Amino acid sequence: MITILISNKYFTMSSLFKKYLMALTGIVLIGFVFVHMLGNLQILLGQESINAYAHALQSLPLPILWGSRIFLFACVVLHAFTAILLIKENRAARPVPNEVERTKRAGWSSLRMGLTGSIILAFVVFHLLHFTTRNLYPEYGELETATGSPDGEMIHDVYTMVLVGFRIDWISISYVICMFLLCRHLAHGVSSTFQSLGLRSESWSSKLDLASKAYAWVIFVGFSIVPLSVLADKYGLISFYSHNSLKTADLL
Amino acid sequence: MILDSKIPDGPIAEKWDNHRFSSKLVNPANKRKYKIIVVGSGLAGGAAAATLGELGYNVDCFCYQDSPRRAHSIAAQGGINAAKNYQNDGDSIHRLFYDTVKGGDFRSREANVHRLAQISVNIIDQCVSQGVPFAREYGGLLANRSFGGAQVSRTFYARGQTGQQLLLGAYSALSRQIAAGQVTMHTRHEMLDMVVVGGHAKGIITRNLANGETKAWTADAVLLCTGGYGNAYYLSTNAVGCNVTAAFRAYRHGAGFANPCYTQIHPTCIPVSGDHQSKLTLMSESLRNDGRVWVPREALDCGKFPNDIPESERDYYLERKYPSFGNLAPRDISSRSAKEACDDGRGVGQGGRGVYLDFADAISRLGESTIRERYGNLFQMYERITGENAYKRPMRIYPAIHYTMGGLWVDYNLMTTVPGCFALGEANFSDHGANRLGASALMQGLSDGYFVIPYTVGNYLANTGAGALSPDAPEVKEALEGVRERVDQLTSTKGTRSSRSYHKELGQIMWDFAGMARNEKGLKKAIGDIQDLRGDFHKNLLVTGSNETLNAELERAGRVRDFLEFGELLCRDALERKESCGGHFREEYQTAEGEATRDDENFAHAAVWEYKGKDKTPDRHKEQLNFDNVKLAVRSYK
Amino acid sequence: MNLTLKVWRQSGPEDKGRFESHEIEDVSEDSSFLEMMDQLNELLLSKGIEPVSFDHDCREGICGMCSLNINGFAHGPEDSTTTCQLHMRKFEDGDVITIEPFRARAFPVVRDLIVDRSSFDKIIQAGGYISARTGSAPDGNALPIPKADSDKAMDAAACIGCGACVASCKNASAMLFTSAKAGHLNLLPQGKAEKDKRVVDMVSAMDNAGFGNCRNYGECSAACPKDISLDFIAKLNRDHAKAKLKKLFS
Repeated sequence: MITILISNKYFTMSSLFKKYLMALTGIVLIGFVFVHMLGNLQILLGQESINAYAHALQSLPLPILWGSRIFLFACVVLHAFTAILLIKENRAARPVPNEVERTKRAGWSSLRMGLTGSIILAFVVFHLLHFTTRNLYPEYGELETATGSPDGEMIHDVYTMVLVGFRIDWISISYVICMFLLCRHLAHGVSSTFQSLGLRSESWSSKLDLASKAYAWVIFVGFSIVPLSVLADKYGLISFYSHNSLKTADLL
Repeated sequence: MILDSKIPDGPIAEKWDNHRFSSKLVNPANKRKYKIIVVGSGLAGGAAAATLGELGYNVDCFCYQDSPRRAHSIAAQGGINAAKNYQNDGDSIHRLFYDTVKGGDFRSREANVHRLAQISVNIIDQCVSQGVPFAREYGGLLANRSFGGAQVSRTFYARGQTGQQLLLGAYSALSRQIAAGQVTMHTRHEMLDMVVVGGHAKGIITRNLANGETKAWTADAVLLCTGGYGNAYYLSTNAVGCNVTAAFRAYRHGAGFANPCYTQIHPTCIPVSGDHQSKLTLMSESLRNDGRVWVPREALDCGKFPNDIPESERDYYLERKYPSFGNLAPRDISSRSAKEACDDGRGVGQGGRGVYLDFADAISRLGESTIRERYGNLFQMYERITGENAYKRPMRIYPAIHYTMGGLWVDYNLMTTVPGCFALGEANFSDHGANRLGASALMQGLSDGYFVIPYTVGNYLANTGAGALSPDAPEVKEALEGVRERVDQLTSTKGTRSSRSYHKELGQIMWDFAGMARNEKGLKKAIGDIQDLRGDFHKNLLVTGSNETLNAELERAGRVRDFLEFGELLCRDALERKESCGGHFREEYQTAEGEATRDDENFAHAAVWEYKGKDKTPDRHKEQLNFDNVKLAVRSYK
Repeated sequence: MNLTLKVWRQSGPEDKGRFESHEIEDVSEDSSFLEMMDQLNELLLSKGIEPVSFDHDCREGICGMCSLNINGFAHGPEDSTTTCQLHMRKFEDGDVITIEPFRARAFPVVRDLIVDRSSFDKIIQAGGYISARTGSAPDGNALPIPKADSDKAMDAAACIGCGACVASCKNASAMLFTSAKAGHLNLLPQGKAEKDKRVVDMVSAMDNAGFGNCRNYGECSAACPKDISLDFIAKLNRDHAKAKLKKLFS
């Protein structure tokens, strides 16, 4: 669809087309982070739930699994690539800066989308190397258990991997910081998406702005609960997670 | 000077139709061979350039602003009249015609005014179809409001920005023609002279304000749509850049200048606050629909906070003196009454030059929200300028120079006494007589531009044939040299005084002696003072910078130079018109109650001035005005 | 009051430009910002220094000619106000005021504080009109227009074309201007026939002029002296997308 649009001569990359691209890819990513968050939160239901969920995802038919992965990857690339194009044009549009730069309405988040976006992108790469491909900690790949398995076969023990991963202070803290930046990115990004697609009107624009901010905070809280609770558990502030698997894996 | 008004024969209601039929037409295929210059891009100029371009003529349009959309028509707030009778309140073309002639104190040309009333109807249709967002009723039909000088509700409006919306309509039509290549727009160009060859206007000389380049442009006809000369008074409601230069250069080339003494003082402006003041801001006259004008009964109360002055101690002087029109009395009458109250020592605010315009009654009757809806932007503007909240206390207002009814003399075809040179809108003299009614200026500008000139200029061109002058013709070169020389004079004087200081001083003379009330002694003094000031100007002017770049001082100096000559002409006209009529009030000619006394026997004519040469007294000619359809009567708004 | 003015001076489009500082005394609180500038120019003139060039005309907030960036804000710190209607009572004695031109690639400096905004005219020429031949219009009441639509069109039409939206946008985007102009006409039934072509052509003229992209953060609307709403940008985005999709699938 996107390639068709680009190839259409009426859809040469006008400024608005670039905005539509940002918004459409943005919507996909906004939806993705929400589903991802729901998935993460299953860890709170226990080892069985999260492992079963992760296993089910991994066991999806290959075309669907890889199709979605490629689609998501394409969205990220397009989102970032278009952002770079836009930033380049925007800089060129204002070659001489003002001596005094001030704003009346624009907030920190809306002014720093490039910065937050770049950090989030770097984070995504780290996150994939950390928990998905596990290049950073190859030993995570060896964590296996039958808990959560549909047929009693050994499956990957996501529960333990997450616990182990987040018990490292700096990792948890940087995850939380990045989630905060994501929250700021979304606070402007969500309402901006609606604005760019023209799906905003006077009657509900204030509600939209509110919903956008609320959504951003939900994402932040949803994602931060896991690393923060793991840390709290580590330092004995709460006692929530099962430490059995950690003991068996000799990682405590 | 021969003043042939070329009024068509026949009954007044049929004159325009007859004239259109008898006018010669230019073959559509030939129109592109004709070049027309339009100077000014306001309602008259913008509409004319757009329409002529649409017809197929080759149009060059000039304005001194950075965009044609900024002409000062944009500042008109209140509305535009049209005899639509949508309110079913007894309006008709004849009534609008009658009101305008009467409002003009029987000093306008009947045939022109009737045409204006006829065309008014088409203007609204035209503007609606262009997308002008006129105010509407809930049913979706166009809304009307009433305005000074009329007892019917015939004014169409777009919030308090009617002029802006109408101008944007004309500007969009003009833009469409620019895009189509029919009109070439020249922004930041000021016309500094006209090229006249064999008695016909054949071009203009401009200075490019962005880089100082002077250049000649030739054409088959020149349309001056350059507005009025209110800035001769320095402080006026005109834009700071408004000037008389284009019209005055035409006058110097033999175009008769009619009735320069007819200046309109607008009653509802924000009073002067100090010496720094560079212009006066008008508050739409529509405010008088709901506001009540008063001053304290006793001079002693003037310093009091207005809300503390009890009803019994207030003098609602307009309601008292003119019970049937009350606060909606015509502009000249309300202005003069305000002056009288202040001369009587009962003025309020800084310098005692202000009267109250009170909305307390309207707010208690209709509620603040209704008033806010009607005038919100005006109240906001008032607060920005004065720092006072008019919902809580009365506004202070005072009259200011607003509009000039006088202008280049034109015949029924809008052609000046220089063939090929036409004058449209405020730049001509024809439709408003000695006083213009509210919401009629926009009507006239658009009528001239959209509906009159396309026919009459065609008739002229068809009769003269195409053949614009070569830009290399000796007459053109001579005019160009003349302009360069005059520009150089300004930069080479190297005196000590700024052009602004001369302008201010001229304005003070004009306001004191040729303002709201004039008398023989004062006018004679003014003429002498202006001559002296002009002498000093030529010796003592200081303009910094060169004429090869953008140079605002140079622009102003050029305009002030023409105002210094024009101001004298205005005073001279005021001196010779030994009667009081409309905007021209001579203290010697008034009744015992202070009402203006017209002299129809000796002055029912337009005075047309002919330039006779440098430092020579101009000749005064007359165009007798005949009133066959409206009976000459003493204007009464009691 | 006494003030220090830090004013941008640039002798022409090719010059690099620099700031110049001037002290000015006895400024009246009741004078407008431009009257203060007049006072500065009279002072400079008396010292034989060339006065500062700035654009201005009506001085009543409607022509859109004035264009100063004052202390980092287009038209100054006051909301819903043009420079000409900004009054000195909003400043304090002893203030240092930085005065810059409206900066954007699409608004090249002509001289000092004067910029060339003709790119706005080009956007209008691309489609900011309803093609209505003079004299061919039906009766004004032939087509009733709901008051709400007409009022909304008026909200958009109130734009004075000053360019504060561009100047206040870090990306120098002209979306607020373009959307107000297109929105005014698109909201009215008279403007429907040319709607699709209008939005596409106006957006492409805007892009060609070298304006930046909209980032939806609303500085334009905050700086707008006529409070034009961001909703018009949303509407332009919507109308543009519709027009393109119609074209694509027609």
